[in-house]
Amino acid sequence: MMRTLLVRGMLAGLAAGVLALVFTWLLGEPLVGSAIDFESAEAAAAGEAAEPELVSRGVQSTLGLATGVLLYAIAFGGLFALAFAIAYGRLGRISARSTSLLLALAGYLSAFVVPFLKYPANPPSVGNPDTIGERTGAYFLMVVLSIGLAVAATYLGRRLLPGLGAWNAALVAVLAFVVAVVVVQLLLPAINEVPKEFPAALLWNFRVVSLGTQLVMWATIGLLFGALVQRKLRTESQLTAQPV
Amino acid sequence: MSIASPSPIAIPIPVRIPLREVLPWAVFIGVLAVVLLYFVGAEQGATSLVSGHYVHEFVHDGRHLLGFPCH
Repeated sequence: MMRTLLVRGMLAGLAAGVLALVFTWLLGEPLVGSAIDFESAEAAAAGEAAEPELVSRGVQSTLGLATGVLLYAIAFGGLFALAFAIAYGRLGRISARSTSLLLALAGYLSAFVVPFLKYPANPPSVGNPDTIGERTGAYFLMVVLSIGLAVAATYLGRRLLPGLGAWNAALVAVLAFVVAVVVVQLLLPAINEVPKEFPAALLWNFRVVSLGTQLVMWATIGLLFGALVQRKLRTESQLTAQPV
Repeated sequence: MSIASPSPIAIPIPVRIPLREVLPWAVFIGVLAVVLLYFVGAEQGATSLVSGHYVHEFVHDGRHLLGFPCH
């Protein structure tokens, strides 16, 4: 069973990666290009020499982008299958398809959207190279805390289920998650390194595309993985429910 | 295989996968995925296992668009 889930999880991840790649290549790459143009113009105005290109822009925006996005999506596809194996049958009486979609929503929110609210995606030329250590540490800490709090909230909801019923237990769990996230985000250091002259519209568009790329990926994983495992898990449940 | 009659219930009771069956996979795939995500998202940024900037420059656009801190 684990083998089946894992193979389908990584397949769903691969398909999700391809769709996210198309989305981000069409909508995001032009913005990356504009941001790099801004960076070069600023450097030229300051009289700095252009940096030598270790990897050409042509490779970065195609092969490099594809490698990054596909590996990222396959890794999350595998992790998703594991999370599904644990969640399935433990979130109440919902089908494999619904479990998958619910899990994808939780993954999108906790692994990306919540950390993004504190430390949003930035185009090239936003961000001081000297603070990369601090920013990387804060970002990954935010991601780990967000996922950890989502797992804890789910556990809390399950504990409250017998006393409060499904609806109210879920509401309390979500509320607890929101409160904990707000506290964590207030405690973590604020980072704002957007250059004064950087175009606001470009920054906004870049961040929206970043949110969209992840939405495409998570939605595809959730829907496709659910469709791929629904039949097999349903048959298994029926066989168990009706011993021959 | 002979099943007498298919169950009329729309949603059969989901059969849980025992945690002890999930655990070894979770550890192995979890470690593998974290290593993969590290190389896509953070190598040659704050920390560097491979010298130079090639990994960082190669996945540069993906890092920005996937929301990782970069530069």
